[in-house]
Amino acid sequence: MSEQNESVIETPEGVELPSDALVVAENVHKSFGRLEVLKGIDLQVERGEVMCIIGPSGSGKSTFLRCVNHLEKLTAGRLWVNGELMGYRQKRGKLYELRETEVAAQRSDIGMVFQRFNLFPHLTVLGNIIEAPVQVKRVPKAQATAKALDLLERVGLPDKATAYPDQLSGGQQQRVAIARALAMEPSLMLFDEPTSALDPELVGEVLDVMRDLAENGMTMMVVTHEMGFAREVGDSLVFMDDGVVVEAGDPAEVLGNPQHERTRAFLSKVL
Amino acid sequence: MGGPEPSNTPAPGRPAEPITAVPVRYPERWVAAGAVLLLASMFVHMLFTNDAFNWPFMVDHMFSDPVVRGVWVTISATVLSMVIGIVLGIVLAVMRLSGNPVLSTVSWLYTWFFRGVPRLVLAVLFGNLAILYQTIELGLPFDNYWMAWLGLEGDARFFEIDTRTLLSGYVAGLMALSLSEGAYMAEIIRAGLQSVDKGQTEAAQALGMSRSKVLRRITLPQAMRVVIPPTGNETIAMLKDTALLAYVPVTIELFYQLQAIGARTYQIFPMLVAACLWYLAITSVLMVGQYFIERRFNPGQYGGIRNRIVGGAH
Repeated sequence: MSEQNESVIETPEGVELPSDALVVAENVHKSFGRLEVLKGIDLQVERGEVMCIIGPSGSGKSTFLRCVNHLEKLTAGRLWVNGELMGYRQKRGKLYELRETEVAAQRSDIGMVFQRFNLFPHLTVLGNIIEAPVQVKRVPKAQATAKALDLLERVGLPDKATAYPDQLSGGQQQRVAIARALAMEPSLMLFDEPTSALDPELVGEVLDVMRDLAENGMTMMVVTHEMGFAREVGDSLVFMDDGVVVEAGDPAEVLGNPQHERTRAFLSKVL
Repeated sequence: MGGPEPSNTPAPGRPAEPITAVPVRYPERWVAAGAVLLLASMFVHMLFTNDAFNWPFMVDHMFSDPVVRGVWVTISATVLSMVIGIVLGIVLAVMRLSGNPVLSTVSWLYTWFFRGVPRLVLAVLFGNLAILYQTIELGLPFDNYWMAWLGLEGDARFFEIDTRTLLSGYVAGLMALSLSEGAYMAEIIRAGLQSVDKGQTEAAQALGMSRSKVLRRITLPQAMRVVIPPTGNETIAMLKDTALLAYVPVTIELFYQLQAIGARTYQIFPMLVAACLWYLAITSVLMVGQYFIERRFNPGQYGGIRNRIVGGAH
């Protein structure tokens, strides 16, 4: 079958997980048709690290984030999360596509927060949060509910359990979305421009929740335009442009003393 | 007192004179009303003076036992064919949108066939299936070929039933209507599923939900909001299409019964008027139901649906 051939990608012999970091990306490429969006991304995220990814729009930072939980399939390269190759199984030097349920199992360990919240509008706040634990992890409903109420407390919305998403402000919706992702007890949280769709006065409440998460040791990858957050909360900063990592390192270093012309040009526009 | 108070509270609105103006006149409305009144009175006059209507006869026979039974057949056929049609439509829509090229093509072919053949033709066709197969048998396929090839006697058929017993007129007609409805519902449900924002599927997938769970728990419930109003229209259309059962023929059906009485008594026109009145009466009831359902499932407004279903405070 021709379809099967496409999914088997040739790989060099003896590829091993290059490090014990939580996320390891190795030469990640992604194309949409003839448009190459990612042109070889190498990076590692250690356990407990907060990595912020900045860059102009169209630089591929969101696409890269979506590759991490396999919402986008890589065109080339490898990506490991928690020691598992995302989306594939490697056997005798060949890659085999994972079944859909296996990919789903991998994803359940990675939380994701979207720019546009994407709460389920037909479910209450509580329903949104317990949906995945009950349906995917088969957690008893009472237990999932108790945990959900704890999470709501943590994101500062203890009285919104019975509200529906469209009754909440954008900032509240995004905090519920964070609680929903946390309910799966992920070992990694991905944030895709979590404050970009918010009114300016609501940005702070979402960043506060994220700061609290970071302080409690959550491993986070955050695509953001909030330079203040990146500087204060981030352990590392990655500047991407045109599908490559231009510069990476300590946030204060990169923001304060950028080494590349492209980084300087970008920062001069946003700072 | 008097004069503006110096304070920090915002200024109260100032009093104002309400507008009083001479409204625009519409004399053409009076002309139109006059013309309509004239035509309406001519129509009513005809209803009472033309003997072909034979109102007493119509009223006598409109509520006779076989006709009332026919009404129930019409209602049951509507409900059953819609239920089967909706289930079939969900299956076909999911097949169509699945990544599986075989299932997707089968669904397309099904829809193509059942939307392309008139319901009247389908009804007559299903009524005559007994010509094609006198008996319906369950067994292994192509048994006459491979059993002969293996040198075996007899056949590999385990169950056999006379087609006319299985496919009574009513069942045949119901199949024609529900299979056809399945094709239309498939398109409506497909449009509903596609109307759900892609971000919903992505969020559910990111949480680790499998494709079938995403469909059942996230996409389908949200699609309903878009699917339900046109389904109301389909139900009303189906009620009228049950008249096609008369051509299967289903002899216990409303239109068949009314026509039969008309033919037997040479009172064809009163019975046709009775048919109009019966269908109008039932569709009117359905339209009231549709009005409430559409108000509840006002597209684009989640608050609307929910508050009326769960009585939530808003």
